[in-house]
Amino acid sequence: MTSLQAPAPEVAAVPVRTARTRRRRLPRSAAWLFAGPTAVLFILFFAYPLGASLYQSFTARRDGVTVWVGLDQYRRMLDDPAFLHSLVNTAMILAVQVPVMIGLALVLAVLLNQSWLRFRAGWRAVFFLPAVTTLVAYAVVFQVLLRTDGGLANQLLHALGAGPVDWLNSPTWARISLIGSVTWRWTGYNAVILLAGLHAIGRDQYEAAALDGAGTLRTYTSVILPQLRPVVLFCVITSTIGTLQLFDENYVLTRGGPGDATLTPVVYLYKVGFQQLDFGYAAAIAWVVVLVIAAVSLLQFRLYGRERRR
Amino acid sequence: MSPTSAPTPAAARTRPRTRPLPARLGRGAVLLALALGAVVSLVPFVWMLIASTHSSSELFHSPPPFLPGGDLLRNLAHLQQSIGFGRVLLNSLGIAVVYTALSSVLSAMCGYGLAKYRFRGRGLLLGLVLATMMIPLQVLLVPLFQMMASVGWIDSYQAVILPFLANSFGILLMRQGFLDFPDELLESARIDGSGELRTFYQVVLPCVRPQLGALVIFTFMGQWNSFIWPLLMLNTEDKYTVPVALNTLTGLTHVDYSGLMLGSLLATLPLVLLFLLFQRQFVAGLLGGALKG
Repeated sequence: MTSLQAPAPEVAAVPVRTARTRRRRLPRSAAWLFAGPTAVLFILFFAYPLGASLYQSFTARRDGVTVWVGLDQYRRMLDDPAFLHSLVNTAMILAVQVPVMIGLALVLAVLLNQSWLRFRAGWRAVFFLPAVTTLVAYAVVFQVLLRTDGGLANQLLHALGAGPVDWLNSPTWARISLIGSVTWRWTGYNAVILLAGLHAIGRDQYEAAALDGAGTLRTYTSVILPQLRPVVLFCVITSTIGTLQLFDENYVLTRGGPGDATLTPVVYLYKVGFQQLDFGYAAAIAWVVVLVIAAVSLLQFRLYGRERRR
Repeated sequence: MSPTSAPTPAAARTRPRTRPLPARLGRGAVLLALALGAVVSLVPFVWMLIASTHSSSELFHSPPPFLPGGDLLRNLAHLQQSIGFGRVLLNSLGIAVVYTALSSVLSAMCGYGLAKYRFRGRGLLLGLVLATMMIPLQVLLVPLFQMMASVGWIDSYQAVILPFLANSFGILLMRQGFLDFPDELLESARIDGSGELRTFYQVVLPCVRPQLGALVIFTFMGQWNSFIWPLLMLNTEDKYTVPVALNTLTGLTHVDYSGLMLGSLLATLPLVLLFLLFQRQFVAGLLGGALKG
């Protein structure tokens, strides 16, 4: 706060505006000085392309010209097996990966929250590290680790006496690999957020529970974790949105394959848009993704709001 | 740890001997579980380190190499020769630095505007900021691509940097920081005749250094890792960023795995160092979204 005093003496010599300063009211005109540049960028590079893609989703290229086709592109999705597969894949990842990851993160956070634990910052750093890996690097490393012929994972299995697994080329294993690698990357990240949530709960609560005769486990299940619910919900919301938008991981790891086994809607729309150059259909898929995300977020924000009022 | 929970020195000295067996077992189990998790977390990094010092064929031998080998320089030379990695690293660094500088200033200013002024369109702007967080980037790709093509910016750095300068995460993070800044102090700066911009840079900004640190780190990291947009925009090899260059290497018929691992290591190292140096700001940034939200 010392910096507050610094500029005062010199500017006090120019008392032009002092007399007519409005009380407790901030001038409006200056607001656009601060928010204006960003607002322009948002309109140019967000609002406009968003509108353009909505328009595109009602059009198609026929014989080299763009024509209005109404809801045709949206109807196409209903009997497009690739798109339906991508939805099923996403639902499967949501149902398996998000609960497993949040559960693991919760356990990790509780373990890290033990008051006797030393080097907590060091442990935290180790678990957070996967989240700061460059995406492509991470996919490359997993490709090498999971290579069927001589990859580290299969060598480990071999040493344990199990046969080689075709990690990235069999539909089921490819899904498992994808879920595993996403979980590897984001568990520590969520654990760090949850740990901070645990820290925000006062130490006195642990002591009070201990005084009442509750053991460590009981203290967590009945006193601490219920209070952590808003933070858990936050993690669930961001992870769900992240899964609905899943692109990077499966694009680099498997390109959505084998077949459509790890195809997600966003990878599919990327392929439709930039490989088949079917812009109208890509835009329609994109808007379905947007609507799904909006619906899910709205639902979860409602829950979140209710939690916060409790 | 709060001081109230810390035992007195005398108690601490006698305690370990009197601690019952179940408690000791419990602690052992916790440490074991943490160690196991740490191994899972670190193996890919260790493997990246080891693999980048061996030749490609050695990586898939049985048993795999467990110690660093002597091929690091050879792999580096090979990487430089195949994708000009030095140039690629510089490209990534330059783009990330310029982007971070511009985007951080814009985010801080916009966050301040939203936190401290009531103006027409404020709700709309805030809505726009929130909407960008929910809408997947891929929705915008085609129209943005067409925009860039129509102004002839394909394969230029400005096309990589400009469209994502307005960063909603950064804006919300900074807005949160500014909300706590007392209005009375702004008012007194105004009475002293300080202009709005000057007040912002000299009075307000120094008070939100923690958030600013988090903002800079997250922005840099985001741009350094950014993949799809540079992939679409850049199409000459000497303009590639690290992720784009690595991606082209994975697509070759004969994949140079050692080179890839070394490239991945060099792509990851700056972020890991940044994270280890600024762990506190990192966590503060995460929480800016999570706990105050």
